[in-house]
Amino acid sequence: MIQADLIVILPEIILAIYAMVALIGAVYTSKDALAPALIWATAGLMAVLAFWIAVNGEGTNPAFNGMFVDDGFSRFAKVAILLSAAAVLLMSQDYMARRNMLRFEYPLLVALAAVGMMMMVSAGDLMSLYMGLELQSLSLYVVAALRRDSAKSTEAGLKYFVLGALSSGLLLFGASLVYGFSGTTLFSGIVSTVHHGEVSLGLLIGLVLLISGLAFKVSAVPFHMWTPDVYEGSPTPVTAFFATAPKVAAMGLFARVLHDAFGGAVADWQQVIVLLSVLSMLLGAIAAIGQRDIKRLMAYSSIAHMGYALIGLAAGTALGIKAMLMYLAIYVTMNIGTFAFILMMERDGKPVTDIDALRQYSKRDPGKALAVLILMFSLAGVPPMLGFFAKLGVWQAGVEADLIGLVIVSAISSVIGAFYYLRIVFYMYFGDENEDPIDTRSSPVLWAALMGSAALMLIGVFYQFGIEGAATAAAATLVN
Amino acid sequence: MDNILSIVTFIPAISAGLMALFLHGNDAAAQRNAKWIALVATTVTFLVSIGIYTEFDPSNPGFQMVEEAEWFMGLKYKMGVDGISVLFVLLTTFIMPLTILASWNVTDRVKEYMIAFLLLETLMLGVFMALDLVLFYLFFEAGLIPMFLIIGIWGGKDRIYASFKFFLYTFLGSVLMLVAMVAMYADAGTTDIAALMTHQFSSESFSVLGIHIVGGMQTLLFLAFFASFAVKMPMWPVHTWLPDAHVQAPTAGSVVLAAILLKMGGYGFLRFSLPMFPVGSAVMTDLVLWLSAIAVVYTSLVALVQEDMKKLIAYSSVAHMGFVTMGIFAANQQGIDGAIFQMLSHGFISAALFLCVGVIYDRMHTRDIDAYGGLVIRMPAYALVFMLFTMANVGLPGTSGFIGEFLTLMGTFQVNTWVTAVAASGVIFSAAYALWLYRRVVFGDLIKESLKSITDMSTRERLIFAPLIVMTILLGVYPSLVTDVIGTSTAALISNYDTALAAAEAATQVASH
Repeated sequence: MIQADLIVILPEIILAIYAMVALIGAVYTSKDALAPALIWATAGLMAVLAFWIAVNGEGTNPAFNGMFVDDGFSRFAKVAILLSAAAVLLMSQDYMARRNMLRFEYPLLVALAAVGMMMMVSAGDLMSLYMGLELQSLSLYVVAALRRDSAKSTEAGLKYFVLGALSSGLLLFGASLVYGFSGTTLFSGIVSTVHHGEVSLGLLIGLVLLISGLAFKVSAVPFHMWTPDVYEGSPTPVTAFFATAPKVAAMGLFARVLHDAFGGAVADWQQVIVLLSVLSMLLGAIAAIGQRDIKRLMAYSSIAHMGYALIGLAAGTALGIKAMLMYLAIYVTMNIGTFAFILMMERDGKPVTDIDALRQYSKRDPGKALAVLILMFSLAGVPPMLGFFAKLGVWQAGVEADLIGLVIVSAISSVIGAFYYLRIVFYMYFGDENEDPIDTRSSPVLWAALMGSAALMLIGVFYQFGIEGAATAAAATLVN
Repeated sequence: MDNILSIVTFIPAISAGLMALFLHGNDAAAQRNAKWIALVATTVTFLVSIGIYTEFDPSNPGFQMVEEAEWFMGLKYKMGVDGISVLFVLLTTFIMPLTILASWNVTDRVKEYMIAFLLLETLMLGVFMALDLVLFYLFFEAGLIPMFLIIGIWGGKDRIYASFKFFLYTFLGSVLMLVAMVAMYADAGTTDIAALMTHQFSSESFSVLGIHIVGGMQTLLFLAFFASFAVKMPMWPVHTWLPDAHVQAPTAGSVVLAAILLKMGGYGFLRFSLPMFPVGSAVMTDLVLWLSAIAVVYTSLVALVQEDMKKLIAYSSVAHMGFVTMGIFAANQQGIDGAIFQMLSHGFISAALFLCVGVIYDRMHTRDIDAYGGLVIRMPAYALVFMLFTMANVGLPGTSGFIGEFLTLMGTFQVNTWVTAVAASGVIFSAAYALWLYRRVVFGDLIKESLKSITDMSTRERLIFAPLIVMTILLGVYPSLVTDVIGTSTAALISNYDTALAAAEAATQVASH
């Protein structure tokens, strides 16, 4: 019995054991000199696991009495998490090595965070949910403060930690209320107590507290305060990581809790999600207008994008979950490309994050400028880029679920949001001449990530690599 | 050729792709190659598109040469033309080689410039051929990107303001349309335009937030589409992006904007609003007619006081588009035929007028009317061409401008006499501003020192104008060339519209008894 359970969580076990063995191994051998090799090894292992999960996974396999669930939904999320984490790791290496901040702990912390995220999207119980969430969060607190000597990085780590602890507290309080009023921590048990839309008041408060805690993790407004500061303060590769894999994991967990545990009470949580979504989209669109720092700008952009993805969740249907998953996959791809470019922004070897520095960049490096142009239009949701189809999908789900008002608000906020994406294009293509231009140096990995993600935004219109079928199947396992 | 429509649509995009991949450097040779490749590509597109015209059967009101393939997310790649769209396709392929020729003197980032125009051509052709809602939206909206770059990179002094205004204005209109499209998909279960035309959207009145909405869902859908097409058209009072965009855009950009992009709004009304939401259209008809009449008079008056030539012509475009919306919403044979005719004719005339401005702008680098005067002395050929198109713009009988205005006014007269009376005064105003512009630029004494050495049109410039002159006069004296092609389709459109209205009327009567 236990053996069957272990087989289900084998990918997580492998990654966790690898991380621990590598950690001990590196401590007792050459430490930081091993870091580049560890980065490649970790990324490679993640890619292999992603491939394994994608190809081998089949059916719905609960383990440990349903505390851990391996199904189409979790596999979709895991593949996205592992691939994006691997891509970000590879992108970090050059940047960190040249700034002398390449620590061997970095890839291993990312690997442990990935284990936590895989746990999150597979959680079938409030306990395993919390375990996964904390493993992920603790690893992220540390990587945010990776640059101990930089005040900003330390501040980012501390801020993230304090606010994260608060949100964990809320979540835990909510979980205990849910346990108290339903008598079980298993999602399948909770869902049976709320079967006919009858939710007791205590359970409702527990649900709202759970949602608040999760909204913090996806940085939905009004739980977003930490995002811009942490994005700005963390080293850029870490920011790139924050903007990708953890978002997928947190949204996945969000969907899992709401559908697996509270699937019978859609009406009760739908209004909360709608509110989170509206606020995130509007604030993400409006607050980003004043930003001059590209990392802060991307922080607000990610807040807005989470708002759009939440539309899919708010719909409360299989179509909505499918749209949300596709949105996340496309969003992660766009962000990897964008951060690959941000990692390459430097002047005399020093990182630059001021968007002003991009003036007339297209004249010096037309290829990269074009890729960024495609990514920016895609982020803004302008066809024919893939970002448009992501938005179309969630809107479709929203309209089917009779959330027309939400869809109209999101349409308007997408226009407001288009302004700041356009502004980056404007600096690169029509800005005044720049007396102090940024370098055009690029590393092969970053260049490939940027070009690859821009190309995918166009190729995706013709061929989607079967992602739609996978997302449909994933959604079907979650909502039935 | 089974997929001639796709071939025509994608020749420019493929040429642009090849140019992007294989053409390197920015020296004189590379620039020359870029220009020639673009010219050849657009000319070949035009020649192939003549095949569409010859293969087109004017007696068939339905969609022809239809191509269909599965896409993703339940969408389809479906292309086809009918009487309403086929001439817009030809207009586009006809105008594009001329715009490339008109851009021969560009020296800044020539390769990118040509790529932007070639991509724009593909997207514009796609708009007129798409028979799937989302495919239409994709082409419609994607066209903003190259135009945004054309204005922003190669534009005039205030190009940044103009390009942002252009983009955000049209984007806002369009996303509301997209929401409506999603709602239509949810309601009808298909995004196929031909199928949606026969789908009856609910026209039962209901209340939203205490506001009683006559025509119900149809009216709401109509308004969402109206938000997009009215901006694109552009109709008063949402026309303000157009003068800015026109003034700042390079000459070729203005030509494409005026000749083709503005037609997408009118085309959209004919393809979506009237056939799909007949009740909604009927509810809003009076509003649209009055907005059009106001547009005609108001923008003509504004045109009178302009100091900048391009701005004057831009306002005159808005006025002429007012006739188009008026004709469309008259919803009778004369009105709609006239509207389509007016759009085509405006495509040639406004293109020619912007090119006329371009000719002297290239020489003097100013568009101020005050900076000119007495050009006829040094530039007789130019004066002749400019006069022809000024007259065509005014609507002189014998030119295509007359037929369009006359038909739309005649169509509207049968529906709303007052609107027609107001709009007809616009014909006089248009004579006033156009002739006054001509007088200030071309006649008078040649007293400005800077103009004394100005040269007349070069062979290239004459070559650009020749086809436009031919078309303007040909359509003016032989309008059946157009009306024969569009007649069957517009007749079918109108009869469907009337039937749908009658059915809705009968339904409400049954309900009230």
